[in-house]
Amino acid sequence: MSKLKKQEKISMLRTLLTIRKFEEKTIQLYQTAKIWGYLHPYLGQEAVAVGSCAAIEKDDYIVSTHRGHGHCIAKGGDLNKMMAELLGKSTGYCKGRGGSMHIADTELGILGANGIVGGGIPISVGAGFSCKFDKKGRVTICYFGDGASNNGVFHESLNMASIFKLPIIYICENNLYGISMCSKDSVACKNIGDRASAYAMPGYVIDGSDPEEVYKTVSGAVEHARKGNGPSLIEAQAYRFTGHHPNDPAEYREKQEVEYHKTEKDPVHNYSKKLADEKIIGSEELEAMEKEIQKMVDSSVEFAEKSPEPELDKFLEEVKNI
Amino acid sequence: MREIEYREALREAVIEEMDRDPKVFLVGEDIGVYGGAFRVYKGLLDKYGPDRVVNTPISEIAIIGAGIGAALTGYRPISEIMFIDFATLAMDQIVNQAAKIRYMTGDSLNVPLVIRTQGGAGRGVAAQHSQSLEAWFYHVPGLKVVMPATPYDAKGLLKTAVREDNPVMFIEQKMIYLNKGEVPEEEYLIPFGKADIKKEGSDVTIFAYSAMVFEALKAAEQLEKEGISCEVFDPRTLVPLDEEALIESVKKTSRLVVVSEACQRGSIASDISAKVTDAAFEWLDAPIKVVAGLNTPIPYNSTLEKASTPDKKDIIDAVKGLL
Ligand SMILES: Cc1ncc(C[n+]2csc(CCOP(=O)(O)OP(=O)(O)O)c2C)c(N)n1
Repeated sequence: MSKLKKQEKISMLRTLLTIRKFEEKTIQLYQTAKIWGYLHPYLGQEAVAVGSCAAIEKDDYIVSTHRGHGHCIAKGGDLNKMMAELLGKSTGYCKGRGGSMHIADTELGILGANGIVGGGIPISVGAGFSCKFDKKGRVTICYFGDGASNNGVFHESLNMASIFKLPIIYICENNLYGISMCSKDSVACKNIGDRASAYAMPGYVIDGSDPEEVYKTVSGAVEHARKGNGPSLIEAQAYRFTGHHPNDPAEYREKQEVEYHKTEKDPVHNYSKKLADEKIIGSEELEAMEKEIQKMVDSSVEFAEKSPEPELDKFLEEVKNI
Repeated sequence: MREIEYREALREAVIEEMDRDPKVFLVGEDIGVYGGAFRVYKGLLDKYGPDRVVNTPISEIAIIGAGIGAALTGYRPISEIMFIDFATLAMDQIVNQAAKIRYMTGDSLNVPLVIRTQGGAGRGVAAQHSQSLEAWFYHVPGLKVVMPATPYDAKGLLKTAVREDNPVMFIEQKMIYLNKGEVPEEEYLIPFGKADIKKEGSDVTIFAYSAMVFEALKAAEQLEKEGISCEVFDPRTLVPLDEEALIESVKKTSRLVVVSEACQRGSIASDISAKVTDAAFEWLDAPIKVVAGLNTPIPYNSTLEKASTPDKKDIIDAVKGLL
């Protein structure tokens, strides 16, 4: 596992900021009804996607969730196609059919977000088999939430991945809540990472607000997997800054808890500061980077708004073949 | 009469039944402080405490299993599956267990379990949150299937469901929770297998259930102005089905349009059409017309989503096609 170079750190910061600004924009668009349906913001959890995707290659796979924009961006997803999808346009990743919860990009190894909690976990087993059969040293990262780890699919999949030594990195993003139920109440053991021992794989519990810690742990698990030693389970603790969706007032959380995470555990703020302290990035450079990213996000909205709606006639024709 | 929301009517039914029978309890995801995804159970945790309002992890199999096991041992649980799409995860418990236990055990065990859930399109929540899967349950012997359209029906039928000794799929529709309708203050029950004529008419019978009842009523209203008199027939429960009343209505009008939000392939609508053809062929003056959802996963884009389920206009066209 190599140490992070200066350029790689800057690149991680750039991706953190991109996710942050993209998500802030999607919430605005949701509140003005340009985006509808369900939207699950990734704000607060950016470092998990960024640190983990930095530890894998372009041809590795990821399996994502309903809270998946961050994973997609970190794996190299195209902001224009993402935004167009969120606006239901024909130029979107799913031709406007899927919306927020179903974005996929096969060229980037993004095997899809998912509207079903835990729905991607068994799929990761199959991607893991592909990686193993192909013998190209590829791995699969499977993201899911604390809530998903209480579903049967989690247990079946980890057991199977372990007995067949599949090269999968299971990353549980423990943001403390399913929708309203706290993982302290919903999970029987102390740490979700502890569940690894039931499936005889390495388990880790890490601070998911720190992209370098995520990078380090995931890199280790990737190396373990590429060597043919099988899967790992990493519990990355990171808080979701918003409610479950933008209209959720999240009354089930204590104000203090929210404030603590927003002030002490903001991955974007903390990492910007860290790189500034390490003199890796200057304040002017950072400002310029933020501006540039904001422009990119804004132009993705422009692209999406200018894009055509899917054609009704074509849809009615396609339906005949389903 | 006072008017209340569909979800308030459901809540009232639950409160009345929980107050009447200490064996009734609730189990499901986010039904505690959150009050359920559609706030049907708002305030019930405070009122009844965590033993009777059991807020669970995201574990659909165990939510249904817990309901079955408690039902087998003297309780009357209401298990909630947040979206009917997630019932797919619990199909063993629903189909192989709940539906069959009574029969398989020679009536020695029974499963007085209500499974409350909701389905349907209209909210832009795409293919995995918008399905109309009622036919899956309709198909399985041993399950009752209830799909009320109005607050009045929702309350009266949910109370009956709680008192029913066999498993009931109680399927709501996500677009109608805030609809208001007349609900009396005094207690009432609605028996299963008793249809309700939502509007009387003489030229064509429109069979519609759940949210489609409202599209049928809108269509009937417009057609009335054009001199076409439609009878809107709401079965309210699909299993058991009030076949007698349906045949009665068809004998009167001699024409039938069957509406369903679910797509037609393998649908309840097709089955209704077959049943009526069988029982009342000689009374029909025209072929039965089915107006169903398109055979597609529900798309996210709002124009496509709207196009994929039937509306007033589709029903009007179908009715006119029969005359
Ligand atoms: C099988 C299933 N059950 C329930 C839901 C409804 N639901 C959507 S997101 C969610 C919470 C998921 O919690 P978690 O896995 O911790 O992910 P997070 O939302 O915190 O990112 C629930 C219950 C669903 N989509 N799928």
